Amino acid sequence: MKFGILVNEGPYQHQASDSAYLFCKAALEKGHEIHRVFFYHDGVNNSTRLTEPPQDDRNIVKRWTKLAEEHKLDLVVCVAAALRRGIVDDNLAPGFRISGLGQLVETGIEADRTVTFGD
Amino acid sequence: MAGTIKKFMFVNRKAPYGTVYALESLEVVLISAAFDQDVSLAFLDDGVYQLKKGQQTKGIETKNFSPTYRALDGYDIEKLYVEQEAMEARGLTEEDLLVDVTVLSRREMGALMEEQDVVLSF
Amino acid sequence: MLHIINKSPLEKNSLDTCLAVAQDGGIILLIEDAVYAATSGNAAAAKLSAAQGRLKICVLGPDLEARGMADRLLEGVTRIDYGGFVDLAAEHKCQSWL
Repeated sequence: MKFGILVNEGPYQHQASDSAYLFCKAALEKGHEIHRVFFYHDGVNNSTRLTEPPQDDRNIVKRWTKLAEEHKLDLVVCVAAALRRGIVDDNLAPGFRISGLGQLVETGIEADRTVTFGD
Repeated sequence: MAGTIKKFMFVNRKAPYGTVYALESLEVVLISAAFDQDVSLAFLDDGVYQLKKGQQTKGIETKNFSPTYRALDGYDIEKLYVEQEAMEARGLTEEDLLVDVTVLSRREMGALMEEQDVVLSF
Repeated sequence: MLHIINKSPLEKNSLDTCLAVAQDGGIILLIEDAVYAATSGNAAAAKLSAAQGRLKICVLGPDLEARGMADRLLEGVTRIDYGGFVDLAAEHKCQSWL
């Protein structure tokens, strides 16, 4: 099955990004496909490479990057929401790309199932 | 993908201005119009406040996006559903709303939700 | 339909609205702070129990355990892991009650 994932909250502030990540990991382990993970609202903050959590904490951004590398995930950050929050190509972590909201609608159309994680 | 038409429902349960969700939800709705999908908007709980007439945002130095709801029919987005119990709990009637809507009970809203292919909540 | 709830029932009305809207035969999955709803002694437990006949109630185990509530799970509520969450989402259309 092809899943589309929407993440609406930033890292560390809210559990949404953790839940979405663990969902994606479990889905991939079961042989499902992740069509796209779309980051919207404060969710765009999951994509900044400037993130530096303390050493004993999980690195949410790097975790997404690693999952994307391993499984060729398409991690898309909404351009309008990103620009509002100071996320641009210069500070984008590897594995993420900035694109339009149309990518979210397209995921809704192309994925068999869309699951939203937010506040 | 060309030719695929899915039933999309955008579920709004949050009031405007206090958080960004209402505005950014509306932005997705506008984009979805370009994809020629079967789009519905549902307003539940505090989401009904998004449609309240007379919003004046000058004093909070924030853009008043409420006129956009009136422009939706220009994008062929005409299915707006409002939860009856939510309006009652907030002392609102249809006359208080910016746009023409279909009022549904929670049960009816649930049935409509079941018919959708994609439900996106903000 | 799979209804995903992530709010404590004592903080937000997501569970109440969901219970009123959800059609019979639906599944409610409690994740994140919503897991408290499925624990004994919680003020919301009674309405959850009352809904059990017409809705299936599941709780995400890792979220329950993280909050120290694993030994308080209400009877009749099914505990699942992330793999179980994926299975439910694959079988049903999803609505997240944000």
